[in-house]
Amino acid sequence: MDMEFSAEDLAFQQEVRQFITENYPAYLRDKQDEGEEMSKEDFLAWHKILYKKGWIAPAWPVEYGGTGWTPTQRFIWSEETARADCVRLMPFGLAMVGPVIYTFGTPEQKARFLPRILSGEDWWCQGYSEPGSGSDLASLRTSAVPDGDDYIVNGQKTWTTLAQHADWGFFLVRTDKDAKQQEGISFLLIDMKSPGITVRPIITLGGEHEVNEVWLEDVRVPQSQRVYEENKGWTCAKFLLAHERTGIAGVAASKRAIEKVKDIARTELDGDKPLLANAFFKRKVAELEVDLAALEFTELRSLAGPNAGRGPGPESSLLKIKGSEIQQRLTELTLEAVGHYGAPYFRGFGEGDNQHPIGPDYAHRAAPTYFNMRKTTIYGGSNEIQRNIIAKMVLGL
Amino acid sequence: MDFTYTETQDMIRDTLSRFLADTYDFEARQKFIASDTGRDPGIWRALAQELGMLGAAFSEDQGGLGGGALENAIVMEELGQVLGIEPYLQTVVIGGGALKAVGGAQADALIPEIIAGNAIIAFAYAEPQGRYNLANLRTTAKRDGAGYVLNGHKGVVLAAPWATHLLVTARTGGGQSDRDGVSLFLIDAGLPGIVRRDYPTVDGNRASEIYFENVAIPADALLGGEGAGLPLIEQIVDAATIAVCAEATGVMQKLHQGTLEYTQQRKQFGVPIAKFQVLQHRMVDMFMEVEQARSMTIMGTLKLGLPASERMAAVSAAKAKVGRAANFVGQNAIQTHGGIGITQELAIGHYFKRATMIESQFGSVDHHMDRYEHIALAD
Repeated sequence: MDMEFSAEDLAFQQEVRQFITENYPAYLRDKQDEGEEMSKEDFLAWHKILYKKGWIAPAWPVEYGGTGWTPTQRFIWSEETARADCVRLMPFGLAMVGPVIYTFGTPEQKARFLPRILSGEDWWCQGYSEPGSGSDLASLRTSAVPDGDDYIVNGQKTWTTLAQHADWGFFLVRTDKDAKQQEGISFLLIDMKSPGITVRPIITLGGEHEVNEVWLEDVRVPQSQRVYEENKGWTCAKFLLAHERTGIAGVAASKRAIEKVKDIARTELDGDKPLLANAFFKRKVAELEVDLAALEFTELRSLAGPNAGRGPGPESSLLKIKGSEIQQRLTELTLEAVGHYGAPYFRGFGEGDNQHPIGPDYAHRAAPTYFNMRKTTIYGGSNEIQRNIIAKMVLGL
Repeated sequence: MDFTYTETQDMIRDTLSRFLADTYDFEARQKFIASDTGRDPGIWRALAQELGMLGAAFSEDQGGLGGGALENAIVMEELGQVLGIEPYLQTVVIGGGALKAVGGAQADALIPEIIAGNAIIAFAYAEPQGRYNLANLRTTAKRDGAGYVLNGHKGVVLAAPWATHLLVTARTGGGQSDRDGVSLFLIDAGLPGIVRRDYPTVDGNRASEIYFENVAIPADALLGGEGAGLPLIEQIVDAATIAVCAEATGVMQKLHQGTLEYTQQRKQFGVPIAKFQVLQHRMVDMFMEVEQARSMTIMGTLKLGLPASERMAAVSAAKAKVGRAANFVGQNAIQTHGGIGITQELAIGHYFKRATMIESQFGSVDHHMDRYEHIALAD
């Protein structure tokens, strides 16, 4: 057991740093540093640079386009990209449907969809939740009825993240109304340009258009776009959720965010001293650092421990719970740090508007980000559902 | 980067675990602590001579198995699982750690005795006024001819009633809390002028108040440089702190496991109480604390060899997390057991008592958060 980076690891770290320095666009770094909302083009710009380099999918098996990196190298990669304020990659293709397709898909599905996920040609969205099916996901009612070689899909999905950009969506649909809930579900890949699909925005607390409702009315979907067997979609759904949970521990990004909070607290004054010298504030920062270290080493144990390579198991629920709590505490601390200037509502820079917005730059998105990040303990299976999963799968209750 | 154990380490854990399963069940342990001497010396002898366990953390040159901090952590965790009262922490981790750090004739003479199970070392460092500040010492060692004369009062010296040797911190110069002027001595426990008042502790260990009354000690009892002992003392206390964290993971594991088992047997409202979601979620929270405490213990163990400031920040982060976890897991284990949890009858309450003492051993959560801040969040 050791935490050393080998000579190869250190050389890799240098290579990564140099690559980012030379290739990561400065305008993206600035936007990310300011916490601004990213456009589709912003996300794809960095995606395509990594695709060209062959580094777009470090977690994938090499045969499907992965990098073949060791767990340590993947750790270095996530540290370095977070340190350099790199734009996060959209998880819907790379971390969600991609692994489902290479694990459960047919050779045709792999050949058709995986290359376009890697290249960024297809933007994916996730059709899981429904208005009546949140935590009780398996109660979903969107139906798919066979019709020749197709299914006819009807229903409504919600909380569909960035569906306004999406070319494709992966959907959980009910193909057997009479079976037990989990046993009548199938996993469909649907072209978002199909006739009968309507995407409507939902505006969240911070003013963002991040999530949507997706309505499906008599949408015709070829059965060849069903992944895995009919009525076995729940297997894919659970597999995907476990993958999703590991990703959202977000350790490297939270480490970077703590540095930013500390920078703010060194700049903001509390009396004649920096806020960071306030014993109460400082203790909150210290508690966060300690809790983040505990999360980091718990994640490292699962990545480079005896069970490494086994894929994410139910323990990924722990990473999701603790990771999301830390993300929220970070935004809460940032909002606390900016004091009065959390209040002004920043609408972005208007056309031809040369006036400097109210308050320091780091304060503009403190409150919207705090509001927005309440989602982290709700999405991907709420933290209460994660506790149910641990109780059942790990503790055997 | 690698978070797996070696085959030798797995073997050490398996061997010790099997031995303790045979010799150290809860009833046996309660008999040991209720006896006059508070222990069964046969266990220590067997650990040394039959299992070779006391050499696990010493180099092969010194007659050991070639291990270090990780081996100490393995042994401590196993001892934690059975609420072991064996003086491994004091003798091997602390005494052995100090000797390994200074080397030389003192180490050559005593390490084989430790490995053989003949030497038991107690660590006399805490003083009634000093709280967790290792430099706050009223105990003095004054030069006297070729040696020193020791005077002072050391509090709650664990394992002292059994000790053949005492590792003592004392001031050879400077003011009461100065970093300079602190020295470390390893002395024979039977020297004239050492007065002990022995007592049991609330968690089943034995300890002493020790009064040094003009104790004449030889010059070669000094470990390291005179007046320059604090960095060495901090180093061995950090190693001891992490070893206690490892013990805590064993204790918490049992608290959690015991609670899981109990809630599946205990019925109320016609069902096992483990069916209630409010209790399930609480046991999940306990599980997450145990896992994170284990992660921090591993982190701290692996960072013991780093330069002092990094080591201290890591150890304090670990101890703060583990200390808080020990209280959380202990308190919730008792709460979940209900009335039976607050009796002496079940093992669970005894694990709770040990977990409670661990929170403050070598510094409370607050102490370690302070130390962490001083290093990691310095202005």
